[in-house]
Amino acid sequence: MSKILSTYGPLLLRAMGQTLLLALYGLFFACIIGMIVGIMSVIKNRVCKGIALVFVNLIRGVPMIVLAYFIYFGIPYLWNTILAIGGLTLSALEAGTICLALNCGAYMAEIIRAGIESVDIGQMEAARSLGLPYWRSMQRVILPQAIRTMIPSIINQFIITLKDTSILSVIGFPELVNTAKNVVSKTFMSFQTWAVVGVMYLIVILILQQAAKIVERRLKRGHRSL
Amino acid sequence: MDTEACRNVKIRVQHLCKSYEKLEVLRDVSLDVFEGEVVCIIGPSGGGKSTFLRCINRLEEYNSGTVYVDGQNISAKGVNINTIRRNIGMVFQHFNLFNNMNVLNNLMLAPVDLKIYSKEEAKALAMKMLDRVGLADKSNVYPDQLSGGQKQRVAIARALCMRPQIMLFDEPTSALDPEMVGEVLEVMRELAADGMTMVVVTHEMHFAREAADRVLFMDDGQFLEAGDPDSFFGHPKNSRLQDFLKKVL
Ligand SMILES: Nc1ncnc2c1ncn2[C@@H]1O[C@H](COP(=O)(O)OP(=O)(O)OP(=O)(O)O)[C@@H](O)[C@H]1O
Ligand SMILES: [Mg+2]
Repeated sequence: MSKILSTYGPLLLRAMGQTLLLALYGLFFACIIGMIVGIMSVIKNRVCKGIALVFVNLIRGVPMIVLAYFIYFGIPYLWNTILAIGGLTLSALEAGTICLALNCGAYMAEIIRAGIESVDIGQMEAARSLGLPYWRSMQRVILPQAIRTMIPSIINQFIITLKDTSILSVIGFPELVNTAKNVVSKTFMSFQTWAVVGVMYLIVILILQQAAKIVERRLKRGHRSL
Repeated sequence: MDTEACRNVKIRVQHLCKSYEKLEVLRDVSLDVFEGEVVCIIGPSGGGKSTFLRCINRLEEYNSGTVYVDGQNISAKGVNINTIRRNIGMVFQHFNLFNNMNVLNNLMLAPVDLKIYSKEEAKALAMKMLDRVGLADKSNVYPDQLSGGQKQRVAIARALCMRPQIMLFDEPTSALDPEMVGEVLEVMRELAADGMTMVVVTHEMHFAREAADRVLFMDDGQFLEAGDPDSFFGHPKNSRLQDFLKKVL
């Protein structure tokens, strides 16, 4: 154990950094995708609703590992060989970010849709009856209330996404699992290595969960905290 | 009726029909409401009262018929419903105060956001309206810290901050504990006395009797009887109204 820590500790820590970086990129774009698709699924427009529904179900119906292969190998192959448009290469970081963003974005969209729908319809009606347009009502009245109920689920989704980065080891991104595999193949100390990796994930996730608790407690304390 | 013909028609509803899927909720309903008039609508649950009221500011879309507010067809092409709604205050059974802001911001949101007033003007107006409903001391409080009666008075003040010429009330006291009904009705009486044009759906027969210029009975998507309060309550002609009054009085 101590040999793994002293020799490969810094390497694994750097890999953890890469994992967090990938998760952060993915989450950033996932939030944008989730917001757009989530709102598309609540507005009174059939086309928007349809697109949102297809997107969410498509992503949720495909395992992330398949999505990862598809984006990393499939899309460039389509672009360069089948369509022969040429020169598209995706780095593992780019493909990984897209993959996480799409995957997490679909789940975020569902969280955001449910959050918006949890706000009493009367709030929107009151805003509209005062003459406020739909989007202003959304921004000023509905979303601030929806976000309160969404935050615990969003943090939970963050944690899931952080763990999902490990799937991206299959496309060769040097995140924690991929790096650990290399360490094991060099040292054959699989018990020690995987134990260390497990604890590293655990620590980060425990910290996130703690943060989630604090946020939740502050939200419960009343509307003023927003 | 000559005198009425000269009066300004604020709301004109003609041949309004509305259905949900197969269910006909409004069946060829017409009504004129004059400037300064207080019209109360009573009737059994499910009769279409709320739907009728909500068609007047197009919170509900209707299938056919026409609604004119101040002579303007609210469903005409090119009409901005948001502009029309500014002139029509609406008060809901469940208050619908914005839970994410305090009382003052509830009142100031629309006037400021729609750039009708500057922040300072809107604040002054909001305080004036709060004072009018007797809640000037509650400006910094959040809705969940108010009693039902206070919430409804804030909701009325919020609507008044848009300086509407018409107010619609959908059972404003039905969700209130009995001891709080009076304070809300009092505010409504004052509004009526000030000459506000009001359409009130209510189960408060005493209020309808005292404050209304005209009372209508709605059942099954139609107005089955209309009249001044004395004859409406004193000598109801429609048999369903007679039954209804027997039950509620
Ligand atoms: N969104 C809706 N979808 C389907 N049916 C509806 C909807 N809203 C109302 N209805 C139906 O329309 C009819 C009229 O409803 P409305 O709310 O206008 O009645 P109401 O007279 O206001 O009754 P209450 O005194 O209970 O408020 C009812 O039968 C109701 O079930
Ligand atoms: Mg009703």
